[in-house]
Amino acid sequence: MNHDTTRRDLLKAAAVGAVTIAPGLTLIAPAAQARALGQPASATNRWGLLIDTSKCDSGCTACVDACKTEMGLPALDRPATDAQYIRKVDVTDLKTGNQHSLPVMCQHCAHPPCVDVCPTGASMKRADGIVLVDRHICIGCRYCMMACPYKARSFAHEDQTDQKAVNPRGKGCVEGCTLCAHRIDAGGQPACVEACSKDGGAAMLFGDLNDPKSEISQRISKEATSRIRADLGVEPAIRYQGI
Amino acid sequence: MGVRAVLLALLLGLFSAMGGYAWAGETGPSFPKATSTALGGSCVDDPATMRRHHFDFLKHQRDDTLRQGIRGAKYSLKECVSCHAQVKDGHAVPVNAPGQFCASCHEYAAVSVDCFSCHATTPQQPQQQAEAK
Repeated sequence: MNHDTTRRDLLKAAAVGAVTIAPGLTLIAPAAQARALGQPASATNRWGLLIDTSKCDSGCTACVDACKTEMGLPALDRPATDAQYIRKVDVTDLKTGNQHSLPVMCQHCAHPPCVDVCPTGASMKRADGIVLVDRHICIGCRYCMMACPYKARSFAHEDQTDQKAVNPRGKGCVEGCTLCAHRIDAGGQPACVEACSKDGGAAMLFGDLNDPKSEISQRISKEATSRIRADLGVEPAIRYQGI
Repeated sequence: MGVRAVLLALLLGLFSAMGGYAWAGETGPSFPKATSTALGGSCVDDPATMRRHHFDFLKHQRDDTLRQGIRGAKYSLKECVSCHAQVKDGHAVPVNAPGQFCASCHEYAAVSVDCFSCHATTPQQPQQQAEAK
């Protein structure tokens, strides 16, 4: 008797919770939840982005600036060698003259070519799909930079100082977008996404592609989206709209 | 022959024991004590264990954190820095600067410390940490 009551109460509470949370919160709840300390990243998540290029202004660099600040990337004014985890690309359709601007960063592929070619295992994919460089064992051969179809990685050519605690980086290692893994682990969203919604055109949406209830999953199931060089079959986690 | 060997061994043992006690305080490197009281003024483990094994702990933890995404580990370089960096004139002194916590022992033992070619040598400001979250 007592046992039944308890179970019913629990179910009732759960139902009430779902109803009250559903309209606003269930969509963003998974992204806002920090993983418990001591728990490893799990394959139940697959973090990704949806970028609406119609909202991305070609003159805006909010995401790029935010990334440099967050990750402590110095601007040495040497474009050929300066580290960039995210860059703005302007594309023009030569036939129609139609122009787009879009941010391009590590696409966090499901089948990352950088991981395939890495001779030491430094280039690796975390269980939740985030592709990282383990700089502890990176030898700086730069095979991954050549293998990446998205030109997403950089190489630290010089001794570094004043690194951010969240992004240790040093000379002789390859580096790239981490999808702000440190923020995601703490329940946040990438710095570029945050900056885009605050200072940019709110063109970027971050979320869990494995969670059918997440806003990003809902949108990509209803709206037409594409991935850059989908023909390569590397299955990027970054999706674009309007290109 | 046997008696002489035993005597010699005893004598040597006595000298080394005496020497050990007499020199322990003088020859070791001196280094600044941790300033933070975040952990109640004590380290995450007892000092002798940390002295002997900190590199093993950190090497194990770094792989867990980076490759598996495990956060909040007991041992972390970030925590070493945040407790052991000294503050001078309102600014944190890098832990790998001469005479500072990491450098003083590593210089004494002639063991190069590579951590800080990449890792931050001063704790992040609270403001920066808030931004990071």
